[in-house]
Amino acid sequence: MTNSVEIKNLDLSFGAVKVLQNLNLDIGEGEFLVLLGSSGCGKSTLLNCIAGLLEVTDGQIFIKGKNVTWAEPSERGIGMVFQSYALYPQMSVKGNLSFGLKNAKVPKDEIEKRVARAAEILQIEPLLDRKPGALSGGQRQRVAIGRALVRDVDVFLFDEPLSNLDAKLRVDLRVELKRLHNQLQNTMIYVTHDQVEAMTLADRIAVMKGGKIMQLGSPDEIYNQPRNLYVADFIGSPSMNFLEGRLEAGEFKVDDMVMPMNGYEFGAPQTADRPAIIGIRPEHVVTGELVRNAPLQFEVDVDLVEPMGSDTLVYAKLGKHSFRIRMDGQARVRDGEKISIGIDPSRASLFDKSTEDRL
Amino acid sequence: MADSGTMTAAMTGPRGPKPKRAFNRTNIMIYGTLIVVALYYALPLYVMIVTSLKGLPEIQMGNIFAPPMEITFEPWVKAWAQACTGINCDGLSRGFWNSVRILIPSLIISVAVASVNGYALSMWKFKGSEVFFGILMIGAFIPYQIMLYPIVILLREAGLYGSLTGLVLVHVAFGMPINTLLFRNYFASIPEELFKAARVDGAGFWAIFFRIMLPMSLPIFVVSLIIQVTGIWNDFLFGVTYISSPDRYPMTVQLNNIVNSVQGVKEYNVNMAATLLTGLVPLVIYFASGKLFVRGIAAGAVKG
Repeated sequence: MTNSVEIKNLDLSFGAVKVLQNLNLDIGEGEFLVLLGSSGCGKSTLLNCIAGLLEVTDGQIFIKGKNVTWAEPSERGIGMVFQSYALYPQMSVKGNLSFGLKNAKVPKDEIEKRVARAAEILQIEPLLDRKPGALSGGQRQRVAIGRALVRDVDVFLFDEPLSNLDAKLRVDLRVELKRLHNQLQNTMIYVTHDQVEAMTLADRIAVMKGGKIMQLGSPDEIYNQPRNLYVADFIGSPSMNFLEGRLEAGEFKVDDMVMPMNGYEFGAPQTADRPAIIGIRPEHVVTGELVRNAPLQFEVDVDLVEPMGSDTLVYAKLGKHSFRIRMDGQARVRDGEKISIGIDPSRASLFDKSTEDRL
Repeated sequence: MADSGTMTAAMTGPRGPKPKRAFNRTNIMIYGTLIVVALYYALPLYVMIVTSLKGLPEIQMGNIFAPPMEITFEPWVKAWAQACTGINCDGLSRGFWNSVRILIPSLIISVAVASVNGYALSMWKFKGSEVFFGILMIGAFIPYQIMLYPIVILLREAGLYGSLTGLVLVHVAFGMPINTLLFRNYFASIPEELFKAARVDGAGFWAIFFRIMLPMSLPIFVVSLIIQVTGIWNDFLFGVTYISSPDRYPMTVQLNNIVNSVQGVKEYNVNMAATLLTGLVPLVIYFASGKLFVRGIAAGAVKG
């Protein structure tokens, strides 16, 4: 796979504040990469650097093998979709779509052709003569995508494009975006703080924090093998249960509980004993009949039950540690009850307590 | 049966909007105050209009509030075309055209430059742009009197002292801080993403200004227009300082010369007519652009 976008040793600081630090990232041709992180992690800043809207402090950016570090946004072969849509309010939909082409001095009949094609792909043909003010949120976002589409760009950049939409529309457009990517096969870089969007859309996810990439990997890797405590905690809803203890000779010990880590794939052979943290996803805890087959079995005291229809979220106490369990929506559990749970160590995650890295 | 009592209470109790009386204490207070204040402001205007339509003998009877017994437009004609200032006896008309010749170029240049200034300072921040803006703002707070004489020297050195061109330059310079501030703040309120989108679309400095920003900024142009027209038209100090010949005095200076002439009988009716004539241009601008202003705001309300 050739690389579509390469970012080499990128630094960006505003005065004394370092927003991005020595960042390296290669994005493959046709890949859907999601930059995921909480606000202030530098994900939008990185996207603006790739777009050429922010000048980098140090480092290089290549798009399609060409060094574009000093190039204008319009010369980079990128199209960008913004959170607020950023449609030109005084222009019709058609005017919005053709503005970039007119600036690039594309011949008139070619503009017509490309606008018609984009409108067809995005199903906004009946809206071409309307002003953005007369469109719904979803339609506006489609026009914004169309603006990138008509320019035949190599790389699509999305800056939280669905955050301004209501929940139901967001799901619809998410599916449409995925379909669009399958159809166009363009490289897409997508910034979001929503992990569901990240998991569903991405070929690879880059989880960012403090201007650095904490983990770059497929959604499956990010979810099942978080490389450090931050990623483990950030991904998953409800978030992972963490218990602090010690790893001694392949057994994890917390208080008086002992968890033999049979089946757990250590990154490196563990020789020394050390303080460690185990992470167990609430949805990986089994209950009821299934407990009997689980490698590890415990009893917990139910503290609070949150029925959510599809699932039931149980807040419990494992020893003196609070522990969340996701159960089936049909599960009948009451506050104060004692239930047995089963845990499979092969699905858990172990982290070194001091470095917070995965063991 | 137990809830029949609550049923009747529910049916006979208050329902729908609470009735309001037209003449309650609050309304009387509000409208009373408004009427008094309106009279206070309208009365001088009424006296001026009434006086300007009377003949001199009627004025000398001393009843300034009485409507004219016989309406005459002669004072208006005299104020416009015949009133004497110094050696010229062609009324305010000369000053009117001088003021127009000062106003139009000053207005166009100052609004054009200030809008580009504001656009550049808000969207294309460059190194030192904040300092530049700060210096410009200091200009807005220094009293005019301090700069009055230095400007005389500057204009003299440039060979523009006494000319309309010189006065136009002075008006442009003095309008710059406040108008730049206006435009800068307005453009700063336009979402940054719109600007970014235009850059990604390949638009440059001028393309973004003319194609994206200008069509969105009618309201602020109207505000700037009102400020400049009234400011320049009503200016007296610069006009009297930087114009050397009575032939080129703006309307306000001529008005002063007519009203304050000490020779002969005080012609109150002519003075009133002259004052009303001078105030007409800002008044027309207010009325005309007031509507434009509202329309501009309404157009801007539909966000993209």
